[in-house]
Amino acid sequence: MFEAAFVGLAQVFLPLHLLLLFAGVFMGIVFGALPGLTATMGLALLVPFTFTMSPAAGLIMLAGIYVGAMYGDAIPAILINTPGTPAAIATTFDGFPLAQKGMAQHALVTAAFASSFGSLVANFVLAAAAPPLAEISLKFGPPEYFWLGIFGLTIISTLSSGSVVKGFLAGTVGMILSAVGMAELGGDIRLTFGYTELQGGVELIVALIGFFCLPEILSSVIGQRRAAYTDAPVKPKLAIIGETIVALLRKPGLMLRSATVGTVIGFAPGAGGNIASMVSYNEACRWDKHPEQFGKGTIKGVAASEAANSAMAPGSLIPLLTLGIPGSPPAAVILGALMLHGMRPGPELFSAYADITFAFIMALMVGAFLVTLIGSFGSVVFCRIVNIPSRYLAPAIIFMTVLGAFAIRNNMLDVWIMFIFGLIGFFSKKLNFHPAPIVLGLILGPFVEEGLVQSMLSGGATGNMFLYMVMRPISGVLIAMSLLSLLWPLVAAWRARKGGQARPASEGAADA
Amino acid sequence: MKQFGLRLFICCLALCAVPAMAEFPEKAITYQIPFGPGGQSDLEARRQQPLLEKALGQKVVIQYKPGGGGSIGWAALIKQKPDGHFISGINIPHIVLQPLARGNAGYQTADLVPIAIFQATPIGLAVLKESPFQTLEDLIDYAKQNPGAITCGGSGTWSGHHIAHLQFSKMAAIEMTYVPAKGAAKAVASFLGGHVKAMWGNSNDLVQHTDKIRVLAFGTETPFPNMPEVPTFKSKQFDLLASIDRGAGAPPETPMAVIKILEKAFLDIANDPTIKDQMKNDGFVPVSMGHAAAKTYIEEKIEVWKPVVAEFK
Repeated sequence: MFEAAFVGLAQVFLPLHLLLLFAGVFMGIVFGALPGLTATMGLALLVPFTFTMSPAAGLIMLAGIYVGAMYGDAIPAILINTPGTPAAIATTFDGFPLAQKGMAQHALVTAAFASSFGSLVANFVLAAAAPPLAEISLKFGPPEYFWLGIFGLTIISTLSSGSVVKGFLAGTVGMILSAVGMAELGGDIRLTFGYTELQGGVELIVALIGFFCLPEILSSVIGQRRAAYTDAPVKPKLAIIGETIVALLRKPGLMLRSATVGTVIGFAPGAGGNIASMVSYNEACRWDKHPEQFGKGTIKGVAASEAANSAMAPGSLIPLLTLGIPGSPPAAVILGALMLHGMRPGPELFSAYADITFAFIMALMVGAFLVTLIGSFGSVVFCRIVNIPSRYLAPAIIFMTVLGAFAIRNNMLDVWIMFIFGLIGFFSKKLNFHPAPIVLGLILGPFVEEGLVQSMLSGGATGNMFLYMVMRPISGVLIAMSLLSLLWPLVAAWRARKGGQARPASEGAADA
Repeated sequence: MKQFGLRLFICCLALCAVPAMAEFPEKAITYQIPFGPGGQSDLEARRQQPLLEKALGQKVVIQYKPGGGGSIGWAALIKQKPDGHFISGINIPHIVLQPLARGNAGYQTADLVPIAIFQATPIGLAVLKESPFQTLEDLIDYAKQNPGAITCGGSGTWSGHHIAHLQFSKMAAIEMTYVPAKGAAKAVASFLGGHVKAMWGNSNDLVQHTDKIRVLAFGTETPFPNMPEVPTFKSKQFDLLASIDRGAGAPPETPMAVIKILEKAFLDIANDPTIKDQMKNDGFVPVSMGHAAAKTYIEEKIEVWKPVVAEFK
């Protein structure tokens, strides 16, 4: 296997291949960064071109796009509070506050480095242990998905700074919104009020732009931030790159945990990066000595989210390459590309086609290094965007958001939905409702529904619902984790009372 | 002089009229895919794209409009100008079952003018290798003794898989539990993990996993070429034909001359031996059904499925 890995690596370093990889990473960053363009679209656009290339060259370029896009979505998340793809939602929680404090460059470098780190860890796992892990991934059945979704929902108690009741209320609104349109499982039409255009449901990206980006623009124009988009201007320095990377290397626990969360959630087919980054952010917050810093602008939050969502990508390739089951939409496109070259996923991919497969895996790894390179040095340029006065920046961003909301499904209705959500988001913020729980409900609603409906059908057929839902090893772990997560605020309060003296000082530091 | 002026005017009119009636296509053609990028419909369109451009002499732009299991895209298609410059992928049974099951899907099946059908994906019923069901009869016997105990995975409700499940259950007079999944990939994952006892699957998915599964029967007229040893439902005395068919369609009232040009382009590609080989390798059945044949085929399917939907809805 090592031999194949080295042959693969040698393939990647052929000048033409390296050039294609670089082009792919760059293109991926652009596709990831523009809301409304997704990694999936970038990959699908390129598939016909890769058909004329050799299989190795084509797959290396696809790998570049995939890795690049996993980082690219962090750029708008940090600079304008708009996740480029749903996977970067958690990046906005601390990324945008950092930008507000004039630390946009710190956040961008963190995102690039954490993204590469997560990607490397997951790729290593992919190269070393894909076949046995794929077997485990199959153990994820309907009850496991249901409980994973419930565990995800408990994150709301962390996300809703202030009132937990308001958080869960917002989460419920999100879940109701997710039910609009055709029910993918049941086939029935819900909450469209006879309007057939709504059968397509609420698109996640559109909701994200509406709830996250538009309220910020509105407050920057209406509020006192008219002169500048952020509270403090950013002063990019090359030295910041080194400082930030060193600061992250001092947190190996955080980095490894986030990468592991991403890999594990990635290889459960269908879970996806949005959940990975949320869960990872939540865990980072839970296990940190200073949880109160989260949400106010700490590079730890950005690192947790980005390491996890980038680790998810190679993770989702595990069931793809070994079993032919795509764990995410981009993985589905890669499956298509493999098939076009006559390579059928399965054991032969690691034997007969090992050189090409490992060229692909190695390209993902080398691509991760390129992300750090492009992302770090690019940060010096990108972060200046927030220094542009709002009167120029705000219209430009609105233009981009309209374009993005339309482009995702070529649907004008999505643009109106975005504006409506933007207004709702703006006013609900004034009432202290954070948009994150709404979006979390929107993401996890269908996920929980799918698990529940399938469990009820399958469990009903076995005749014992309780046994089917609960008495399974992975389910048991997830139930325990959900309970722990729900009760954690009590534990945290108890811990705070015990160590009451140290708390006020650190709180003061975070608010500064 | 007046006469001359009038003649000149008529000549001018005639000259103007010629380009208007002239060669279709006069500009780029938008080829809408009513699903997201990367799906099977998209990959098929991407395979055709360069060949269509060559045949029609114009750029072909692929545009995604996903949502509602395709209905959003088809509802948009019927509102487009019927001049052939906007066409869309069409999928059967989707375009037949959605209007039947939903009442108002935003379009009617008859609104979509089929150009051609170029690919079929037979649907089969499969179990895992370690399953006790060796034959279709084993499964039926077990289901007769244990109504509802056999769980069958498949993609979606009121889909090709679901309707095949309903038709087969009725024909065999058995009761099984249908467990829908979001898309074929998830259904396969759930099936391989042993979370359902059987699965309705597309031939291309089933071909991929032959080492782990046993297909009990295919919903084809003649044995499926990639797995000739698998019986058909017909050979077991069940009159069940089940497949997902992919084609292209145009808005209502598109001129027949335009349809003919597009039909020829699509059929030439469908009959290309290299394209046929690629499709067979991937586990599809290449088809070349023109406008008229596709229209009759769709109308027949409406008649077959209407009573099934009415009974189970």
